Amino acid sequence: MSQLPDLICPAGSLPALKAAVDNGADAVYLGYKNDTNARNFAGLNFEAKALADGIRYAHGKGREVLLAINTFAQAGRVDDWHKAIDAAVDQGVDAIILADVGLLDYARNRHPQQRLHLSVQGSATSYEAINFCQREFAIHRAVLPRVLTLAQVEHVIQNTSVEIEVFGFGSLCVMNEGRCWLSSYACGESPNTVGACSPAKYVKWDKQPGRMDTRLNGILIDRFGDAEPAGYPTLCKGRFEVEGDTYYALEEPTSLNVLPILPDIVKIGVRAIKVEGRQRSPAYVTQVTRTLRAALDALRDGAERYHVKPAWQAELAKVSEGSQATLGAYNRPWR
Amino acid sequence: MNTHFTIPKFRLPSFVARLGERLPQWPHALALVAGLNAALKMKLLPASELALLEDKLFRVRVNDTGGEASYTYRNGLFRPVFRPEREPDLAFAANLSAYLQLLARQEDPDTLFFNRELEITGDTELGLVVKNMLDAIEWPRLPLIQTSH
Ligand code: SF4
Repeated sequence: MSQLPDLICPAGSLPALKAAVDNGADAVYLGYKNDTNARNFAGLNFEAKALADGIRYAHGKGREVLLAINTFAQAGRVDDWHKAIDAAVDQGVDAIILADVGLLDYARNRHPQQRLHLSVQGSATSYEAINFCQREFAIHRAVLPRVLTLAQVEHVIQNTSVEIEVFGFGSLCVMNEGRCWLSSYACGESPNTVGACSPAKYVKWDKQPGRMDTRLNGILIDRFGDAEPAGYPTLCKGRFEVEGDTYYALEEPTSLNVLPILPDIVKIGVRAIKVEGRQRSPAYVTQVTRTLRAALDALRDGAERYHVKPAWQAELAKVSEGSQATLGAYNRPWR
Repeated sequence: MNTHFTIPKFRLPSFVARLGERLPQWPHALALVAGLNAALKMKLLPASELALLEDKLFRVRVNDTGGEASYTYRNGLFRPVFRPEREPDLAFAANLSAYLQLLARQEDPDTLFFNRELEITGDTELGLVVKNMLDAIEWPRLPLIQTSH
């Protein structure tokens, strides 16, 4: 059988990091408490001291820490991003996850020994783009955007020696991540500028008798009945009226879940599987990490006998946004 | 996951709520505020985020006990507010079991929120600050209620 992929889990806080390590993550990924990472939410992420504690904890148990500096440096403040890179190297993270080619260039020249990963925000969907980054910046791994079919992922893997990481579970961000401006359209801020899609200050959960309306900067995104599972209001997951029909015109508020195709993902040579959700709590990290670990271990013990246990699906469905799971682009007939 | 015991989802019979609504509300408020101030004393809450809570009015409602508590944060202390004179900046409403599951780190607030078991109204960003602050707390291990790690 092919090598079992690493399980990469999110950590928005020290307790979440410990939950990931204790429940079987091979690596955790996290960010500094500022806009150098794409999950820049109030109260979330790591200051230098918490990061040092986290690295000590993970390394003590033989796991890795990957630091995401995956926003694009803003004009006039490039120094902030350079300083973040220098600090990450000083602190001894196992790899830095970068998206901006200018920052990749800086990191490679300034810190020739540092392991670098290409972030999903870098939007590299072809092996040509990935091989370019390997040639120019000696990247070690690339995280693929959630827009490729399984056959396309395999095609990339066959044509590059860079390790390939894919998303295995979590909320979907569908628009060629790193290039999506929907959030900016609604509120003037987007992941690549302020480090957050649809920042909370623009979000309104409007409770009305018998229903809840969700709004983003005043724009009505969706409306839920009292018992209906709700989702976070991003423009891509809104219900819109299109030619007389009101429906999820771009994407349903669902979560990606690859358990049904895990054997195929391993077979084609994916090196790492990533769990989305740095903004979620330690309880989520515990539940998802434990479930994916169990599935990967079951696969290691015999690919022929692998089947998706109802208990795994139930655990993942519970923590999903909108409580629905999909295979996302992996099995989409169209491209 | 804690292997010791699991808090099930439950709902207290509605007469409990009717009873609870008639009881004075201050014991809830005092217990909650005492707990928060204890966390303050243990320096479990980060100063940078605490500053964002200054003078905000919070309300916590337990649907199936009928209990309700309002409190605010001012000059370094959480204080109960017995007769709130305005709408809270941030309000939570859920059944007791949901709060217990949250406290034990058994369920994630987003999960409860998206599944409509926890209602959060008011200033969304403030809600996020509070959620992330509580998530980042490293609770000292308690002998009885083990948290998820
Ligand atoms: S609007 Fe949707 S597709 Fe665009 S960045 Fe946000 S989550 Fe991703």
